[in-house]
Amino acid sequence: MKKNRRAFLIFMAPSFLGVAVFVIIPFMDVFRRSFTTAVTGKFTGIANYKTIFENQAFLTAVINTFRFTLVCIPLLVLIGFLIALPLSRFKNAGLLKSIYLFPLAMPTATIVIVWKMVFYKQGFLNLLLTKAGMWTGLWGEFHTDYLGTKAAFWVLICSYIWKNTGYTVVLWLAGILGIPEELLDAAKVDGAGSFKRVWYIILPNLKGTLYTIVILSFLNSFKIYREAYLVAGAYPHKSIYLLQHIFNNWYVNLEFDKMAAAAVCTGTFLFIVILLLQKIWDRDEA
Amino acid sequence: MTEENRSKKKKGRGFGLAGGIKKAVTIIALALPGIVVFFPVIILFTGSFMDRYELKQYLNPVFAESMGFISWKFMPNYPSFENYKKLLFFMPQFFILFWNSVKMVACILIGQILIGVPAAWAFAVYKVRAGKALFAFYVVLMLLPFQVTMLSNYLVLNRLSLLNTQYAVILPAVFSTFPIFLSYGGFRSIPAQLFEAARIDGASEFVIFLKAGIPLGKSGILSTIVLGFLEYWNMMEQPMAFLDEKALWPLSLYLPEITWVQAGYAFCASFITLIPAAFVFVMGQDYLEQGIIYSGLKE
Repeated sequence: MKKNRRAFLIFMAPSFLGVAVFVIIPFMDVFRRSFTTAVTGKFTGIANYKTIFENQAFLTAVINTFRFTLVCIPLLVLIGFLIALPLSRFKNAGLLKSIYLFPLAMPTATIVIVWKMVFYKQGFLNLLLTKAGMWTGLWGEFHTDYLGTKAAFWVLICSYIWKNTGYTVVLWLAGILGIPEELLDAAKVDGAGSFKRVWYIILPNLKGTLYTIVILSFLNSFKIYREAYLVAGAYPHKSIYLLQHIFNNWYVNLEFDKMAAAAVCTGTFLFIVILLLQKIWDRDEA
Repeated sequence: MTEENRSKKKKGRGFGLAGGIKKAVTIIALALPGIVVFFPVIILFTGSFMDRYELKQYLNPVFAESMGFISWKFMPNYPSFENYKKLLFFMPQFFILFWNSVKMVACILIGQILIGVPAAWAFAVYKVRAGKALFAFYVVLMLLPFQVTMLSNYLVLNRLSLLNTQYAVILPAVFSTFPIFLSYGGFRSIPAQLFEAARIDGASEFVIFLKAGIPLGKSGILSTIVLGFLEYWNMMEQPMAFLDEKALWPLSLYLPEITWVQAGYAFCASFITLIPAAFVFVMGQDYLEQGIIYSGLKE
């Protein structure tokens, strides 16, 4: 056992030292700074925390980030499942899987120019809608400005789904194909229809997969900032002003006191949520 | 794909829905998103072969705020290599930035492997009491978005006077905990008895790691490389925050700077940037999928 511990320490040391130098120690400094002023470093108690929670921009950003996460993750999980379920019945799902995965490989900077062309006031989407309107005779020309209005939120959602569907499909597929064949056959013999089999056998067996997908989707949901920033800049429409924007703007303006307080709040919140999720997961496993 | 998977697929799952027509409909319905997926690629590709007059004609509503809609041709009227020629022969800064991207991604990946693979090995093989808590802590670190750690990163880099050097982007990424979980997945799939046998034969822990661990856990390490490449080729937040000088930027940060007036360049540069990522994607697809599955964080 002692030998085990020594080996663990030796193999772990480089990584842990790096994490300590680049994350743990500076974060302690950030924690200290969250109680001082930015310029003089004077102790101000919880003044910074008060400032950020009275800051309208910060509150908007918090609400928008929550809203984005709460809409995009369930939507992504559902879409991924709806694609993976029929795919699991195909012999050669490989090509389709690759198609869905490809957006993961496309650098954000390369597609932004296309997104702009699509969602521009006179862009492809409006062109398509207008053509459809002419064809069916139901509506006239469309000139919605998707990026400068509330619709921007949905542009971000679409772009998130576009990019992330691939790995959810891969994970769901791995989960579905991991369910023992006998279980499904037994249910079939017992007369369970396809819907019943999905509901009573497939879904309950995929709890672990669901956990993984939620965690990864969450990790990736923060990267939507790239699209938001590239498409709409540092000060986009109110509906997509996210926490990432405000952190960045504080950073650019050297408002480190507010940034420190916000980093401590966000960090603590995420820490608690993730540990809770892990607890729930561990309990389900046992 | 493993043999087991294949045999499962052959039998087919058969959740109701039989019959060729229904199957064909499902395939078409599932393949439709392919069009949506490749739409941007096709636009970039065709756009990169259009000369500026043709592009101007199609994109006029954007340039001139005039009425009417944007238009496009999937086969350029006057295909031209004008953009490629200018970009590759008359814009040396493009090469500098391309090289910057390559350099930074290579350094990050090498560093991540040197640091992360032993750590993953430690988590996977040596069960110590503190290990479990540390593992949970590393999961949390992995999930913290860049913006939360941006200030702490800045403070360290400032202290070490690394700001505005490429090390400011490379070093924090090297100690990221995400690759650890990918390699961990690879090591976990090796049966533990194998190491026991090696120990009884008198092999040291280090030899077991080099001679048994790395060759057998190869898939985890390769998925680290594939996923890491795609992630860091697309890196934006870190260089944006820590690199002021444009000559140090990676390509991913430069592309959005190209304005509409130079749309031809933008298409062309974007397409060239896409090539390495697409290449890694095609070559490493199996490892990419494996990596996604490994990132399941199951202990």
